[in-house]
Amino acid sequence: MKTESKLEKILESGQLAVTSEAGPPRGAEPEVIRKKGEMLKAYVDCCNVTDNQTAMVRVCSLASCIILKQMGLSPILQMTARDRNRLAIQADILGAYAFGINTMLCLTGDHQSFGDHPTAANVFDLDSIQMIQGVNKIRQEGTFMGGAKMTLAPKMFIGAAANPFADPFELRVMRLAKKIAAGVDFIQTQCIFNMDKFGKWMQMICDEGLDQKVHILAGITPMKGLGMARYMKNKVPGMDVPDEVINRLKGVPKEKQADEGITMAVEQIQQLKEMKGVHGFHIMAIEWEEKVPEIVERAGLLPRPKVD
Amino acid sequence: MIVAEQKPLKEIIAMTSPFKKLLIVGCNECVTVCHAGGRKEVEQLAAALAMAAQKDGRPLEIKEVTLERCCDPEYIEQVRPFIDQYEAVLSCACSVGTQYFADTYPTKWALPALNTSFMGGSLAQGIWAERCAGCGNCILHETGGICPIARCSKRMLNGPCGGSTGGHCEVNPDIPCGWQLIWDRLVALGRTPDYAKIMAAKDWNTSRDGGPRKIVREDLTI
Repeated sequence: MKTESKLEKILESGQLAVTSEAGPPRGAEPEVIRKKGEMLKAYVDCCNVTDNQTAMVRVCSLASCIILKQMGLSPILQMTARDRNRLAIQADILGAYAFGINTMLCLTGDHQSFGDHPTAANVFDLDSIQMIQGVNKIRQEGTFMGGAKMTLAPKMFIGAAANPFADPFELRVMRLAKKIAAGVDFIQTQCIFNMDKFGKWMQMICDEGLDQKVHILAGITPMKGLGMARYMKNKVPGMDVPDEVINRLKGVPKEKQADEGITMAVEQIQQLKEMKGVHGFHIMAIEWEEKVPEIVERAGLLPRPKVD
Repeated sequence: MIVAEQKPLKEIIAMTSPFKKLLIVGCNECVTVCHAGGRKEVEQLAAALAMAAQKDGRPLEIKEVTLERCCDPEYIEQVRPFIDQYEAVLSCACSVGTQYFADTYPTKWALPALNTSFMGGSLAQGIWAERCAGCGNCILHETGGICPIARCSKRMLNGPCGGSTGGHCEVNPDIPCGWQLIWDRLVALGRTPDYAKIMAAKDWNTSRDGGPRKIVREDLTI
């Protein structure tokens, strides 16, 4: 094992991992984080905490992760390069590790123009691949990115995102290969709606043998209704929502659409369980965390494995 | 070249209204080429300011002059014989030129008539686009001649991010994805394997992050 991460232990044991995510609140309300933690605790192996997602200011990922850790969950610290230079990134990693947080997700980050502070300066000192490289250097060499020796170097289990649906498509596997070369251990994919395209991407990954080098967690997002599906299709960059998803939701009455969305997510998981290279699921129920237990249960992913 | 555009007239009127005697200076270089601060624009601006002053009942005396280059001490000196007759310089040069006036004539206000936007070039009549971020350590030989720092909204050295869609940047569909452009070039050049190389964290010390920069060429200094 490279780290003490619960996620690493589960993935290395060959069992399908289940992660989810908790979006922190837009106010200093620890009880909101605790409530989400309680909801998810028995149903997921690890819980991501987003980092100012869509560039909207929220309780910081690190503080939220500490709250979840103290509740007995295994949090995954999401970290974007948008808001932090390499000094701040490393300081946060040291702080996280001091609280026993040993799993993180390295992200470049959505551009700040999407959020509630579009006039802010961005940082982008590093990109996600360089962040992975840096965190891996800390783990392997015990040194800061700048080269100085660390007294106690955090050994982070390193995750990253991959979007099989962004363009240019032919680059998507090559870019994943770069993340692997940089030292990434696991990948959480963008929300999958286009199963055909995802299948093609996974096939390319397996053809290259990359599935042997990285654990891929398939990103699952249940649709709350037709409105959400249309929004995701038309407004969210890099999202691929095929017409068949829209039409299926359209085909049921409005009050039944949420249930249909959950059923679609469950069916997706069942299909993907059989797909070579898929080592687990990352369930992103956006501001709908209460549905994660139902999805996990109906998809036959319970009970979650116990690891030391 | 440096690309600039004139500030809104209202803003220029507000910043110049305390002054009764104004020297408006244009520049024959980049800002002439991008139609922001050459002789013609100086003339138009002078007329607009005179009209605004007249409307407000303010006395305003204007002298117009356009220098060969405003980023060169030799040309900035050309206004010395008459600058004392004016309270302020309204510079239609880029911000470099405006600062040359401030440095050279410490008791005169130096006001910017332009917003200095970027280093770039013309795409078509009336359209200019950014091409260089002045990072001080060029990597174009590694990226197919397209700069990821200037042309990727997240200045990613290992792009594209997950927001690249149909060749466009996630920030705005009017912005081409810099990494799509790089990839297209690598394809055209038959150099797609180059993409696999990870570009290491950049040393931003040669960029603005190292503090204001200066180049001294010992072979040229007297």
